Amino acid sequence: MARVVVDVVMKPEILDPQGQAILGALTRLGIEGVNSVRQGKHFELDVDDDLDDATVTKLADTLLANPVIEDFTISR
Amino acid sequence: MGVSVRVGVVTFPGSLDDRDAVRAVRLAGAEPVPLWHGDKWLADVDAVVLPGGFSYGDYLRCGAIARFSPAMESIIDGARNGLPVLGICNGFQVLCEAHLLPGALIRNAQRRFVCRDQRLRIERSGTPWTADYSDGQRLVIPIKNIDGGFVAPKRVLDELEGEGRVVARYLDGNPNGSYRDIAGICNEAGNVVGLMPHPEHAIDPLTGPSADGLGFFSSVLTSLVQA
Repeated sequence: MARVVVDVVMKPEILDPQGQAILGALTRLGIEGVNSVRQGKHFELDVDDDLDDATVTKLADTLLANPVIEDFTISR
Repeated sequence: MGVSVRVGVVTFPGSLDDRDAVRAVRLAGAEPVPLWHGDKWLADVDAVVLPGGFSYGDYLRCGAIARFSPAMESIIDGARNGLPVLGICNGFQVLCEAHLLPGALIRNAQRRFVCRDQRLRIERSGTPWTADYSDGQRLVIPIKNIDGGFVAPKRVLDELEGEGRVVARYLDGNPNGSYRDIAGICNEAGNVVGLMPHPEHAIDPLTGPSADGLGFFSSVLTSLVQA
């Protein structure tokens, strides 16, 4: 068994209203020095040892992320 | 006439406005055919409506899971061969996720669920779903969405504008931050239309702000009977 992590985040050129809301909340908490926040998703997959990178990329690109608006990174 | 036009309306787990769409189809004079998401067979319908709602609870992304249903396999295939498909709200999201339409729908810019009667302008009457309208015609149609912001890369937006594929635009205030105030678009062939507002909720003055939405359902009847 192996563990694969896929992190998905909105492309920088796409408006991220939720990130903006979080940034606003940080200000209200009195925390300074944070200039922007982008919200994303973190997927943890337990996979068979022989599940190859191409398959993980395919599932990330097809289901976990929408390539029109999101970028993803894979780590093992 | 004697010809019965059959319009399928798909129900996904979590679809909300499927029965309203069925009612709209019936009122327009066509025969509504309920279609189950789990069935590949589309009952030989002449057109398909993907209704509004919260398929799969909007889990992962709106429409991201519904897009892989057996019914959608057949619909994607049919759409590529000219089958008229109208995606309303969640249906629009499914069409974008299925790559039958470009772009994507994201969280409303103002971060609030918006539920109101919205003024729209029909930008293109030349689709099977808008043939009963005239270019520039103004409508009042309810919208209800939290993830209704249409976005696409600039290149794609310019392409949509240049090719006349913006089908409807918001007037008097953009309710969700959609780029270029786009409320609806179509594919290159014009048979697939995605629309954020809900025409099925504006088909008679008793249950809606107007009957302005009926044209979407009667258009496909007209287009198919003439074909």
